Amino acid sequence: MSSQETLRMRVNGACKSFGPTVALDQVDLDLREGEVHAVIGENGAGKSTLMKALSGAHELDAGQMWLDGSEYHPANPQAGRAAGVSMIYQELSLAQHLSVKENILLGVEPTWHGLMKWKEVRQRAAETLAGVGRPDIPLDAPVNELSNAEQQLVEIARSLATGCRVLVLDEPTSSLTQSDTEKLFALIRRLKGQGVSILYISHFLEEVQAVCDRFTVLRDGASVGGGIVAETSTDQIVAMMVGRDVEEMYPKSEHVAEEVMLSVSDLHGEEDMPHDASFELHRGEVVGIAGVIGAGRTEMLRSIFSLDEVESGEVKVGAYVGPASPSMRWLQGMGMVSEDRKREGLAVGLSIADNVVMSRMDNLGPMGLVTRGGLQSACTPWIEKIPIKCSSAFAKVDSLSGGNQQKVALARLLHSDVDVLLLDEPTRGIDVGSKAAIYKMIDELARGEYGDSSKKRAVVIVSSYLPELLGICDRIGVMCRGKLGTVRPANETDEQQIMREATGTGDEV
Amino acid sequence: MSGGEVKMLEGAENEESVREKLMYMLTHWFGPILGLLAIWLFFAVTAGWEFIGVSNQQLILLQTVVVATAAVGATMIIVSGGIDLSIGASIALTTMTVAWLLDKGAPPIVAFIGGILTGMLVGLTIGSLVAGYIGRVVSVSAALIILVVVKDTTLGWAGAAIIAAVAFTVLLFVGEKYVKRVPISSFIVTLGLWGALRGVSKWVGGNEPIFPDERGWVGDLMTGTPIGNSGWSLPAAGVWIMIASAVVMVFILSYTRFGRHVFAIGSNEKTAILCGINIRRSQVCLYTLAIAFGGLAGILQFSFLSIGDPTTADGYELQVIAAVVIGGASLLGGEGSVLGTIVGALIMTVVANGCTKLGLENYVQQIVTGAIIVAAVALEQWRHGAKIAR
Repeated sequence: MSSQETLRMRVNGACKSFGPTVALDQVDLDLREGEVHAVIGENGAGKSTLMKALSGAHELDAGQMWLDGSEYHPANPQAGRAAGVSMIYQELSLAQHLSVKENILLGVEPTWHGLMKWKEVRQRAAETLAGVGRPDIPLDAPVNELSNAEQQLVEIARSLATGCRVLVLDEPTSSLTQSDTEKLFALIRRLKGQGVSILYISHFLEEVQAVCDRFTVLRDGASVGGGIVAETSTDQIVAMMVGRDVEEMYPKSEHVAEEVMLSVSDLHGEEDMPHDASFELHRGEVVGIAGVIGAGRTEMLRSIFSLDEVESGEVKVGAYVGPASPSMRWLQGMGMVSEDRKREGLAVGLSIADNVVMSRMDNLGPMGLVTRGGLQSACTPWIEKIPIKCSSAFAKVDSLSGGNQQKVALARLLHSDVDVLLLDEPTRGIDVGSKAAIYKMIDELARGEYGDSSKKRAVVIVSSYLPELLGICDRIGVMCRGKLGTVRPANETDEQQIMREATGTGDEV
Repeated sequence: MSGGEVKMLEGAENEESVREKLMYMLTHWFGPILGLLAIWLFFAVTAGWEFIGVSNQQLILLQTVVVATAAVGATMIIVSGGIDLSIGASIALTTMTVAWLLDKGAPPIVAFIGGILTGMLVGLTIGSLVAGYIGRVVSVSAALIILVVVKDTTLGWAGAAIIAAVAFTVLLFVGEKYVKRVPISSFIVTLGLWGALRGVSKWVGGNEPIFPDERGWVGDLMTGTPIGNSGWSLPAAGVWIMIASAVVMVFILSYTRFGRHVFAIGSNEKTAILCGINIRRSQVCLYTLAIAFGGLAGILQFSFLSIGDPTTADGYELQVIAAVVIGGASLLGGEGSVLGTIVGALIMTVVANGCTKLGLENYVQQIVTGAIIVAAVALEQWRHGAKIAR
C-alpha cells in the first residue's frame, strides 16, 4: 500500500478486555476511501467488539483510531454517527411504527422553531431513497409494512442522510433472499462509487469474493492477516481464520454406537429453518452440528424438541413418532439445554433445586407433594457429582457463575434421566474449567460411565467452536442456510473442510 | 419461595453471601413485619389505649379480612406474572349472587357454595382468555346469552336450548379451527372485566341492591362470639377463614407441583415451556383457584354488609395489589409470599384505623398509605439494583 494514499479510517493496536476476557488484542485495520473491506473471522474472533469500538458503543482500553487523518475517539454511538461512522446491525434498529420518511430523517428532522417542516422532510427522504436506487419505496408507509430487504435499505438510507463516510454492514445478507442479496451488492458498488467506505462483516466467503476489495482476518481478538481479495484463495483465507493449536482438553475415548435413539428424516421447520435435515443418532454416540450463527442449527434442535413447529418430515424418538410437545419429549427420554441460558434455559430468579426439578417433579415428598427435604435429596447428589459450586441447593441461580449456571441446566437433564441430550451451545460464555468438566461429562454419559448409571446416552451438540466439536464428537454435520449436510465421522473431516461447508464455499452447497 | 420458609442456609461461603441472605430475609419476611410493628407502635404511642384496646385490635382484623382473603388469591396470580384488576367487581358480583340465592330461599350452605362458584367462574373466564382459549369463552358466553334472551320469547326454553346449542357448536368450531389461540395479557382481560363484571352485578339485581330476609349463618361470619358476659369475644369466623385461606395457599404454592409450576411460569415462562410445563392449563387452573378466594372474600363482604350491593368493594383491586406488593412480591412474577401479603393488608388497615383514632383527616391516611406502597416497592428495587451492581 502506498503511503501517500489517503486513508479514510485507520485503527492501530486496538485492545479491549471485559474483565478477564480479552476481546481485542492488538487489532490493526486500514480502510481506504471508496473501498469495500471485509472483516472475516469465526464467531467470537472479536468482529463485533471491533465494530462496536468503531461505532462508539465500546471504549478501547488501548490503541488509536483515526478518521480522515484526525484522531477519532467517539464517546458513544451518537458521536460516532455525527463523525460519519454508521453501523447497520443484523437486528435492524428502525422505529417500526413510524413512516419511511420519518425513519430516514429521525434525529435530523428539518424544523422551524420545533415544528416539523413536512415538505422538506418528504423532499429530502425522497432524494435519499433515489440515491440508494429505490425511489419506489412509499415514503408514508409504516416501516413494519416493508420487507426485510426494504427495511435494511431504509436503514442504509438513514445513514446516508446523516452524511456517513464509513458504513459498517454486519452480516447484511443474513435475512435476505438471493435476489435481494444481488440488489444489495449492486447498491454497495454504487455507494463505493460515491466515495463511501464500507466495512463488510461476513461469514460467507463467497460474498466476500463477490463484493469486497480487501480483507482483514481476525482470530482470537487479533488481526492475523489481510490482503487483496482477488489475489487470495479461499483456502488461504480459511487457513488464516482457523490456524490454531488443538487444545488438550478433550477426552478422546472409544464410543460404541448401539441402537438408533433418534431418527430425523426430511425435517422442514417454520420458514425453511431447517430444511432437508436428516440424520440418525445412536445410543452411545455424540453427534455435533456445526455452522455459523443463523444457519438454522438452533431451529433444528427446537423442531426436534417440539418447541418450534415441524412443517413436514419425521422425528422418531426411540419408538415414538407423530405429534409431540416438549412435555412428551421429556417423557420419551429426551431433554434439551437452551443456547440462551438466562432468558430461556433457566429461571434465574428461582433456586437451583427449583430449576433442576422443573422438568420432573415426582418423588419429591409424600403423596406427590414437593417438600424441602425432597428437593434437597433430589439435587444434592448432582450438585456434588457435577460439581456445582454453590452455598446450598436453595441458592438462587443468578448468584452463580456462568459455568455453574450451565451445570444447573445440565443437572436438569440428569435429574430427568434422559437418554437423548440435545445441547445447544453448552459451553458458550463459560470458563475453561467448566468447559473441561462439561466435555468430560458428555464423554462419560456416552460411555455409560457417569455416576451410578451404566446407561449409555446419546448426545447432539450444537456449537460454533470447531475445536470443541472435533474434540468430543463421533460424527459431525454442518448446517448452512438452513440445510443440514451429510453427517460424517469426525476423523474424516477437519476445521477447514467444515469451515468451507459452513461458509457455503464447499462442495456441498 | 414463600417468605415464611426462609431459614439460614448452611455453609455460607463468605461475608458477602451472609449479608445477601440477611438482606433477603429482611426484605422478604422481616421487612414487612418490622414495618407493621413500627407502624403499630407509632399509633400505640400516639393514640394510646383507644388504639391498643382489644376491641380495636379485633376491629382492625375484621377490617382487614376481605382485602386480605382476596389478596391471598391475588398473590398466586402475581407470582405467576399476571395481575387481576377485576377483583373488586368479582367481590361485588359475589355479594349479589349470595344475596340473590338467599332471597330465593336457598339454604345458607347453597349460598356459600354459590359464592365460591361465582369466583371460580370468573377465574375460569379470565384464565381461559389469558391462556388464549378465546373461542371457548366466546362460544359459551354466546350460548348463555342466547338462552337467557330467547327463553322469554314464544320459542320458550326448548327453542332457546336448540338455538344456543347450534350457536355454541358453530362458534366453537370456527374458533378452534380458524382463530386458534389468542393469548391476551391478564392486565387487558381484567381491565375489561373490571367494567363488565360491575355490569353483570347490576343485571343480577335489576340495577338494585338485594336485601335478603333470611341470611342464616352466612350473615354472621363477620360477627364475633361473646365469651359469657365478660365483654370479650372470640374473633369472628371471617378472621379464621382468612387465616385458613392463607394456610391453604402457602401449602399450594410451596408444597404442590402445581404451585412450583406457578413460580416457574412467573419467573421465566420460556424455561417453563422448555421444561414441558403445560402453561396454558396451569394458567386456567391458577386463575380459577385464585379467584375462588375472591369469591370467599365476596361472601365475607356480603356478611359484613348483610346485603348484595353491585357497587361495593370499589377500589379494592388496588388495595389487593398493594397488599401483595407491600408483602414483597414482584409484579414481574416469580416472587411472592402469602404471609407477606397478609402483613401488607394489615399494614394498610392499621394506618387507616390509627389515623382515625388520632382524629386525622382522611387525606392524611391516603397520603401515608400511598407513601408506604412506594417505599415498599423502592425497597424491593433497591435490593434488585444492589444485586445488579454487584
